[in-house]
Order: sequence, then C-alpha cells, then structure tokens
Amino acid sequence: MGGTKKKKYESGSATAFVSRNKALKKLQLSLGDFRALCIFKGIYPVEPLHKKKVNKGSTAVKTFYNLKDIQFLAHDNLIVKFREKKHYLRRLKKAVAKKNKFAESIIRDNKPVYSLKHVMKERYPTFTDALRDLDDCLNLCFVFATFPHSQRIKVDLVQLCHKRTVEFQHYVIAAKALRKVFVSIKGIYYQADIKGETITWVVSHKRGYEHPQDVDYKIMETFAEYNSVLLGHINIKLYSDSHLVYPPQLTERIYHDTAKCLEGDSADELLASLAPQIRTTGESPDELEEDPEVDAMNAVNVDDPEYIEKSKLEAATISRLQSLFKGCKFFLNREVPREELTFVIRCCGGEASWDSSLGLGAKYGESYDGITHHIIDRPTVSNQRLDRTYIQPQWVFDCVNARVLLPPQDYFPGIPCPPHLSPFVEEKDGEYVPEEKVKFLKRMRGEVEEEDEEESEAEEGEEEEESEDEEEVQQQAAGNKRKRNAKEDAQGPEKKAVKMAVSEGAIEKVDKQKALARQEAEERRLGEMMIPKKHKRLYHKIMTSRKKSSQETRKLEEKKEKLKAAKKKSKGKKEKV
Amino acid sequence: MNSSGKRKSMSPDEESRESNEEESPLLTSQIPASDDESGASEESEDEGSGSDESSSQDEDDVGEDTSDDSDSDDESDNDAGYDTASVEKDKSAADPGTTESSVNGKDEYEYDSSDEEDVRNTIGNIPVNWYDDYDHIGYDVEGNKLIKPKQGDALDEFLEKVDDPNYWRTVRNKFTGQKVILSEEDLKQIQRIQSSTHPGGSDDLYAPWVDFFSNEVMEMPVTGRPPDKRSFIPSKWEKQRVGQMVHALKMGWMKPRGEIRKAKLSHDPNAPSLDLWKDDTESDITKRYRMHIPAPKEPLPGHAESYNPPEEYLFDEEEEAKWDGQEPEERRMDFKPAKFSSYRAVPKFEKFINERFHRLLDLYMAARQRKMKMNVNPEDLIPKRPDKKDLQPYPTREGMIYKGHKDMVRTISPDPTGQWLASGSDDATVKVWEIATSRCMKTIPMVGKVTCVVWSPNPAVNLLAATVESDVILINPNVGDKLVCSNTDSTLESYVESATTSEHKSPVTWSTASEADHKKGVRLKIEHQQEITHFNWHAKGDYFATVQRGSKGQAVLIHQLSRRQTQAPFSKPKGLVQRVMFHPVHPYFFVATQQHIRILLDHFVLEVFFVQANCKYISCIDIHPGGDNLIIGSYDSRLCWFDLDLSTKPYQTLKYHKKALRQVTYHKHYPLFASASDDGAVIVSHGKVYTDQLLNPLIVTVKILRGHKTTNHLSVLDCKFHPTQPWVFSSGADSTIRLFV
Repeated sequence: MGGTKKKKYESGSATAFVSRNKALKKLQLSLGDFRALCIFKGIYPVEPLHKKKVNKGSTAVKTFYNLKDIQFLAHDNLIVKFREKKHYLRRLKKAVAKKNKFAESIIRDNKPVYSLKHVMKERYPTFTDALRDLDDCLNLCFVFATFPHSQRIKVDLVQLCHKRTVEFQHYVIAAKALRKVFVSIKGIYYQADIKGETITWVVSHKRGYEHPQDVDYKIMETFAEYNSVLLGHINIKLYSDSHLVYPPQLTERIYHDTAKCLEGDSADELLASLAPQIRTTGESPDELEEDPEVDAMNAVNVDDPEYIEKSKLEAATISRLQSLFKGCKFFLNREVPREELTFVIRCCGGEASWDSSLGLGAKYGESYDGITHHIIDRPTVSNQRLDRTYIQPQWVFDCVNARVLLPPQDYFPGIPCPPHLSPFVEEKDGEYVPEEKVKFLKRMRGEVEEEDEEESEAEEGEEEEESEDEEEVQQQAAGNKRKRNAKEDAQGPEKKAVKMAVSEGAIEKVDKQKALARQEAEERRLGEMMIPKKHKRLYHKIMTSRKKSSQETRKLEEKKEKLKAAKKKSKGKKEKV
Repeated sequence: MNSSGKRKSMSPDEESRESNEEESPLLTSQIPASDDESGASEESEDEGSGSDESSSQDEDDVGEDTSDDSDSDDESDNDAGYDTASVEKDKSAADPGTTESSVNGKDEYEYDSSDEEDVRNTIGNIPVNWYDDYDHIGYDVEGNKLIKPKQGDALDEFLEKVDDPNYWRTVRNKFTGQKVILSEEDLKQIQRIQSSTHPGGSDDLYAPWVDFFSNEVMEMPVTGRPPDKRSFIPSKWEKQRVGQMVHALKMGWMKPRGEIRKAKLSHDPNAPSLDLWKDDTESDITKRYRMHIPAPKEPLPGHAESYNPPEEYLFDEEEEAKWDGQEPEERRMDFKPAKFSSYRAVPKFEKFINERFHRLLDLYMAARQRKMKMNVNPEDLIPKRPDKKDLQPYPTREGMIYKGHKDMVRTISPDPTGQWLASGSDDATVKVWEIATSRCMKTIPMVGKVTCVVWSPNPAVNLLAATVESDVILINPNVGDKLVCSNTDSTLESYVESATTSEHKSPVTWSTASEADHKKGVRLKIEHQQEITHFNWHAKGDYFATVQRGSKGQAVLIHQLSRRQTQAPFSKPKGLVQRVMFHPVHPYFFVATQQHIRILLDHFVLEVFFVQANCKYISCIDIHPGGDNLIIGSYDSRLCWFDLDLSTKPYQTLKYHKKALRQVTYHKHYPLFASASDDGAVIVSHGKVYTDQLLNPLIVTVKILRGHKTTNHLSVLDCKFHPTQPWVFSSGADSTIRLFV
C-alpha cells in the first residue's frame, strides 16, 4: 500500500481550535481590539471535548477558540476600522502634544466611525434571535442609563442608553407586555412577554452610585456601545410592529415649565417620566389584544384538550392582568419610586400622577377627587381622605404578580406588609413552599370554585389570625391529651409490676405501612447496589442533589416551626401581662 | 529684495563654475522670454533672475578685493536665486588680471557680467605640461595661440634674483606662463594659511551675529535691485485654482469643513433602522448559526432575595457565621437575605455593578460547551429486579445465635448432613454445635488458634479437619449416627503402612493421635513445616489440599488420606498462593494467587485457564457447584463473578461491600451466594446459572444480613450455607455464630 504515515496533531480537533494567543497573532490585533471584536461579533471561547488532544498533548490551561470563528473575524471590516482608529489616535496624540490646534481639529473631524449593522444581521438572522439576547442587553443598558457622568464613562453613551431604555419601557407600556415584577434587595426585576419571548431584566434601586474599582469600564463600555445599538434596532422594530411612531412622540403638545428644565429637554424629560402616552401611527392598534387567544389557538398541541384549556385560562389571566388597574387613578407620594411604579401601573392599564413640583408628567395633584389609590411609603398619613385607599407600594407589585386586586387591608400604611414573594419560583414536588403562597393559592382556588365568598374574604384577613389561634389551642389541647395518655401508659406497667400480676398480653401492633416502607427502602438499597458502574455516578449525583434540596426544605420548615413557636410564646406572654 | 529667494549651498569647486559657464549663455538667451510673462515655468523665471543677479556678485568680488570685507561672502550667499560659481574666491586660480579687468563702472548693469576674460587660456582642465613642447601654451577666446612668454635661462634667473627686489615674491602662472608678483595682501594671506589661522584674517572671529535678513522691514533695500513684475500682479495659477474650487463649491462637489463636520455628526451609521429584520420570515440558517452555543440565562431570583422575604428565609446566627466565614466563591448565595420594613428603607446593593460586570465577562470570556441536559429519572437507572417470589427462598432474618466461644470465631463448617456445625476459634477450641438447637455438643481443646475447620464431604464418614498452626488435625467428633462414627474410625484404622511410602522424603509427617487425644476425638495429625493458612477437601473426601505460609516450593500440598501420602505439586508456584480448590466435578485444580487464578489439569502440569481477577488482593474463592462459574472476594472490597465459559475476565464485578471481603460462598443446591465482609454485613445474592449456554447468569442481590458487632476492625470472618436449607451461618469477631434463616 505504502501510504504516507499520518502525523499526530495535523488533523481533527488539534486543528479545529486555536488558542487565544495564536488567534491574536493571526489577526494581528492587540488584546484590547481583539476583545472588542469578540464582543461585537459575539465570538466566545469554547471548551473542546478532548482538551489534551487540542493542546497537542499538553495539559496546560489555555483558552481555545474555534478556528472557523477566528477566520470569520479575520474577514470582518471592523478590523480595518480598528486599525484606522489606532492610526487616528496616534495622529491625534501627536497633534495634541505639539499643541497644533488646527491639525487636531482636522484630525478630530476625520475620526473613523464604524457601523455595527452588519454584525446585527449576522448575529441575529431573525428578530426572535435578537429578542432571545435581549435580557443581557437590557440589563446593561439600564445599568448604563443610571451611571453618573464621570471621566471614565462618556456622557453620550449614558444618554443614549437612557434614551433607549425609555423607548423600550414605552413599548412595554403600550403593548401591556409586563407579566411579573419582583422587588429584590438587588434591584427590581421585571419580566415581560414580548412576541412570545419571555424577557427578564433587572433595574437597580435608584440610590446613588459609587464606581467600584475592580471593574474594567472599558469592557463595559464596549458592551454598552454594542447593546445600545442593538436595543435601538429592536425598539424600532417593536414600535413599527405595534404601529407606534418611532422615535416616540407625545400625543399632546406640552407647555413646558421653564423653571424645571430647558425647552429642548422638556419633551425628553416628559417621555422619561413614563407618564404620557405616545403616538401611534393610527393603524389597527387593537390587534395586540387578540394575540394571546390567537396564540392559544395556534398552539402546537392542538390535539391535547388539556393544553388548550390551560392556555385559554392563561390567556384569560393575562387579559385580566392587562386591565388590572383599569379605572384606577394612583397618586404617588413623594417618597415612592416614581418611574418604577408608573411603569408598572401603566402596564396594567392604570394611571399615575404625582405632585407637579416633583417632576414633569404630573396630570393631577393630591387634591384631585378622582384618585382611587394613594401610594404612600411612610408609617403615618396626614389629613387622610375617605374617598381613596392609602396603600404601600408593595401592594402594586403583589397585585401584578397575583394578577388580581388583593385586599388592601394588609398593605395599609404603618402595617408591616405580608412577605413579598418571588413570582419566578415554581416549586416542584418536595420543595419548600412558603406558607403565604399556600394560603394564596388556596384562596385563589376557592375563588374559582365559589365566587360568593368574596364578601367574607375581606374579613378573612382578620379572621385568619383568630382561626389560627384557635387551631393552635386545639392542637395544644390534643398534644396535652396525648401526653397524658403517654404518661398513663408509662405509669401503667409500673403499677402492675408492683402487684406481681400477669397482665393480658397485648397483640404486638405491626405498623403495616412502616414495615412496607422499610421493606421498600431495603429493596431500593439492594437495587442501588446493582446499578452498573456506568450509571452509578450519574445516579449518585442526582440523588445528592435531591438530598440537598430536601435538606434545604427541611431546614426551612424547621425554621418556620421555630418561628411559630417563638411567636406563640411571645403572644402568650403578652396575654399574661 | 525678492522674498521668494532660496538659499543654496555653495560649492567652491571648479566644476560647478564650469557648469555655470555653460549655463549662463543659455540663461541669458532666456531672459527675454521670462520677461514678457507669456507662460514660462517658474523655474526658468528663477534661473533667469539668477542670471540677472550674477552681476551683483561681481560687485562683491570687487568689494572683497578692495575692502576685504569679511561679511561680503555671506552677503553674496544670501543673495539667493542665482548660482554658485560666481562666488568663487579661489585665489590660486584667480588671475591677477581679473583685478585689472574688473573695472568699476558707474552703472553696474552696463558691463558684461561674465568673468570670462579672467581666463585667458581656454584649454580647459588639462595638464599644462602637455604644451611643454610647443611655443604656445594654449588658446584665447578667439582661438589665437597664446604664445609662451619668453623664458630666460639660468643666468637671467640669477640676475633677476640679484637685481629684482621682488624676485622672492614672484610666482609663475601655470596657465599663461606669465610672472605674477604677489601683493602684500596675498603674502599676508599665505602667511595666515601657513600659520593655520583664518585665511580671511578677520579681526574678531567671535563677533556677535547680526541677523541681516530679519523680519523687520528695513527702510532701505539691501540691494538696489528693482522688484519683480510678478510681485505686482496676481498669480495666474492661484486664480485658476480658486476658480476650480469655486466651481466645485457651486456644483456641490466640495463642501466647507464646518458643513462636513455637521454632516458627520448628524449621520450616525448605527442609527436604528427598520431594514435589519425586514423579511422576518426568511433567514439563512448557516452552519455558523447552527453551531452557535447561546449563553445560559441568568438564574432568576428566589424568595430569599426579596426585600421583604418570609422570615424563615432569613439567616439564623449559625448560617450567618457560616456565610461570613466562606469565600465568596463557595457561598450558596451571593447575598445575605434581609428584611426591610418598607421599600423606602432598601439600600443600594453594593455589588450590583460588579455583578453585571461579571456577567459580561462570562459572556465573552467563559468557554462554552454544548451540554446535553439529561432528563433522567433515577429510578430508571436501577436495574429491574425480578419478582421477589421468583428469588425466594433466601435467608431473611436472624434465626439462631450460637454462643460459647471466648474469642473470635475464625471458621465454621456445617456437616454434609446438615445436622451439625463445627467451629474453630482463637480461644484454641473446636466446638461442634447442633444446628437446630444451638447446643454445643462437643468442645475439643487444641494447642493453638484454629484457623480452618472443614467437615469431610464424604457422607460415609464423620470426619472433621481442623488446622492449628502448622498441623492438620483430623477429628472424629463422634456426633450423629453411631454407625457412621464407628465406620469412620474403622476406615482410619484400616490403613496399613506400606514400605514404599518411606522412600520419598515427605514434606509432612503423618502421625496417629496419642491416647489422650484419641479420647478427645483426634485421630490423625499431619505436621507441616510452616503455618497453614488454608485447607480444602476434595469433593470425594479422600484428597485434601493445604496451603503453607512462606515455604515457596511447598506452599501447596496435596494429601491423600487413604494412602497417607503427601505431594508438593508445584516446584515453583507463581505468586503468593492464597487459596486452592478442587473442581467439584472435573479433575481441575484451582490455585488463587494474589491477583490471578490458575486452573490446572492432569497432575497440575497443564494450565487450562489463567484468570485475571480485576482486584488487588484475592482473599477468598468459591466455585459454583456446576463448576463453570466462580466467585472471588478481595481485600479491596470487590466481589467478582467469573463465567469460565464466557471469558477470563469477570462477568460482573460487584462493589457493594464497603470493606474487605473475608469469605464468599455458594449454596450447594439453591441459586444463592453470600459474601461476608469487615463492614459487618453478610450480603446474600441470588445467582442463577442457566443450563442454556446462551443465557448469562442472573445476579440479583436479595438480602443484607447484619448482626455481628465490629471489634478491632473485624466483624464477620466466615460464612457458610447450610447444605440443604436456604440458611446461612456466619461467625464473627464478637465470638458468636449466627444463623440466618
């Protein structure tokens, strides 16, 4: 035969990947430029299946890229633009150093600019692809939108990000796409349903910033640059699809208040307050509302009647959510986060306003009679009015998550609110479900079954505690009884032993269930022993994770028990006092 | 003077002068052309002016000659625009006649500016001695011969020397042959050159520099040269260029800089546009697109992250201490749950930006790998067990405890009838128990620790073999059927020693028991040289094998009871022998060393099989009654089942014990096998061997039996099945024997 001998590492995975240093050498780029290029083009390192083979026998730690990816990068025009930029910077530096103002201005005028449009098209061939990547994009844009101006961060970028986020929020309001809100200690999480994609983003609390030192702002800026462009493209598409005018325009002409801001800014400011409606192009705007049901009908599992039923129910709750605050007029007190609440309220069809001295966008003052809800975040209310409900901001969030208007009694100012639960958690079997959630779910089910109970529901909140107390008392009583029985049992034989009499032999009670369970456990153990080596690891991995979660559940349950006991004790003491 | 003048370097060599000489007539011819502005090139203009100005240089020459102004050189340099040769001041080449001819006229432009007259001889740059043989020395401008001046002879020379007072300073001009009397000035210069001082003889070499051509406008022109015409009229070329630009501006081809800047600022290449996803339905699914591994989404927050979580989610002191003590990477949550009374009270989250930044890093730096998420139900991984009823009968619970030994019971053996159980212990006794009642029927004291007790498999005799240190002791325990007992004794006594046996030097000594021992039941004693570690009967009960410790060539010994003979089959055993066994049916012999099992045939010569046990150290071995299957137990807590028909590698390796295995055993009738380990468990498994060759053995674990306590890291030391019933005996380090039924 006499074929040439095949050499090692000349084909296969050894040539399909390149290390980062090699990629740099091939592209002739600096590390910073390479980074930026990777960020723009969405190229990431990969973990080869056989790292040793790829690394030509060495086991040293290295980052690998797909060779094809690097070749792909090499053909991009952005590389040329990066080189131009490098050149530009060098020339500019020279001019500045020479204090040659004229040359400097000319050089500055010829600053190379690059377009990222082709990158977008490459990375997201369809609009849904772009929406799938929207989470990270939104997160970063919202972070940048709130950045203070500093030496490191350019003002333009911050303003652009802010503009884009405001546009996006206006879209969500117009489309009523918000589904869930969660106030966490990190920030406020929002979840929206945009064209069937679930999109979650987090916005930090507006509390003022310090720039942390251990963060590379250059990288953040590169990402922000890319994401602001992406968000712009997405926004315009969303706007056009829902027949809105882009860039967003106010429906009414505003007469700005010169005292608060410059004339040019007032429209932007007003938009940023999220209060005014934006203009539509005037084409069938109610198409959106039909969407969920259409979706339900077009669902994949048309044959499955259960699925159809389920999706119909879901569609109903969503439409209920979209008009949750319809007719409600909210007044936001001074200490309440204005934009966040306005956003949430308007997404659910409500209206929000605030004192006109606080900012643009206020429609009515505190004295307006039409106000139904007054959101307040302080313990006492001065000159309370009877024609409106005073509530804490958590009520709004909880209502959105519950998709019904919750009884406001628990959220009156000054009262500690019931716990705010994460709407993102869906407990599986065996996981801990907080008591409040169980209660809520029960109530919801009750409502669905019998709607007459609604009247009593209002009082339920107060009654619940009492009923709980009663239960506890009963439990205590039962416990006492049991204890007494036990005592008797314990004392019984002793007494009889003294008498030296032979008692009637009791039949040994075999707890059949326990025995059965024991037997089953044993059989399981025996079965586990026979698991082939191939699956043993996997099995134990699954089992340990299960064990862990069950441990966590147990721990939470124990804690809950303890807390309950402590509460009871303190209550008992109070009563005694 | 004219401002556009360029300073040119001066080259004082003659070549350049000559070139100038060649040029100058040409230039002069161009002068009229340049003057009438008809469109000659700028260069020619310049050169024209240069030729014009060459006149001024002559004036300088004169000045120098006369006034010896040191600055004059510089001056002529600065008179830019004309060429260099005119500035030549080479004294040696200079003709004294020049001084004469350079007459100073009133009008400096009247005279012919060329300095040709200076050169009388026009032969060019050739050696003069070529004319030595001629009367003339060269030619003048008109082409007439220059006649050599008359040369005096030596006498004339002498006379001149005497008469002429200037003789000492008279030199001869080579080119003309004329005599030149050096002037005072020349002499001085020569002196200066000789003394290596400044040839020009300036007084103050370091005088301050006077910037003659400064930016200041002087009252008087430096030279008397009238300004050019072109300095009064606008440039044509400029006009043309401006015209072009104006036209370009008009046509919109060119834009002012401010406008360009504005346009650039207003045009954003990244401005949102709708054409990106215009045709949403169609997309080219490239390979790149398919290979893309999307970044995993960030996990969503749970209840614990809420600003107002249920109280059970808050940390108690223990958890908080743990959280504080952990490194940030180890923590289960990257935040401490906290409860705030109102939304207003929630502070900023310190690590918010860091968290976002780390997410970005993950996006572009973390290596991605496509992972198939397995949705495995762990129940599916457990192999299907046959119905319990199909596996029965098997021992399920402890039925009996045999107490009586004072030290750990190393070995037990039920008798072939299933009525008696013999046990050997470290307390130097062999006990015989009645199985059904747990009653100790006989206690036979020994001289040392009993390591092995085995009933003879021959049902016709009632013989028990026990190994104590280096002795094998055959005991007739005298229990059970009297007839059998007496039969046993009679068969043992029927032996007659033959003469032939003593020829070979036997590795062991056979001896009958003493009277006292006989009463106890001891019948025969076989003394070995080394301690015996293992003992095993042949299935027929005539042969038995022992394993000695240490002695290499005689590690394995085969004894024949009927002939009281012993042989050492292996001269050199391979490896350290652990166990030996006879095949129940065929004439095979199994030798288990630490890591291998060899199966030998026909007088231990032919190796049939070489089995590699996949374990480090074999501790025990048993053969299936069918003879085709084998189990071994090892100290590295493995149990291997070999199907000898299938392969020399284990058919199945079970690692269900946690510690070293001490004993493995098959049941004689039921498809059961059991293993005893140091972890205190006796695990009974169902091991069914099918007669059909195509079916692999079925192995199912059926019961874990526990009862023995662990003492000194030892727990169960031996286990044996009842010969007829599905019961298993186990003996342990806690000096008890247990029966599981």
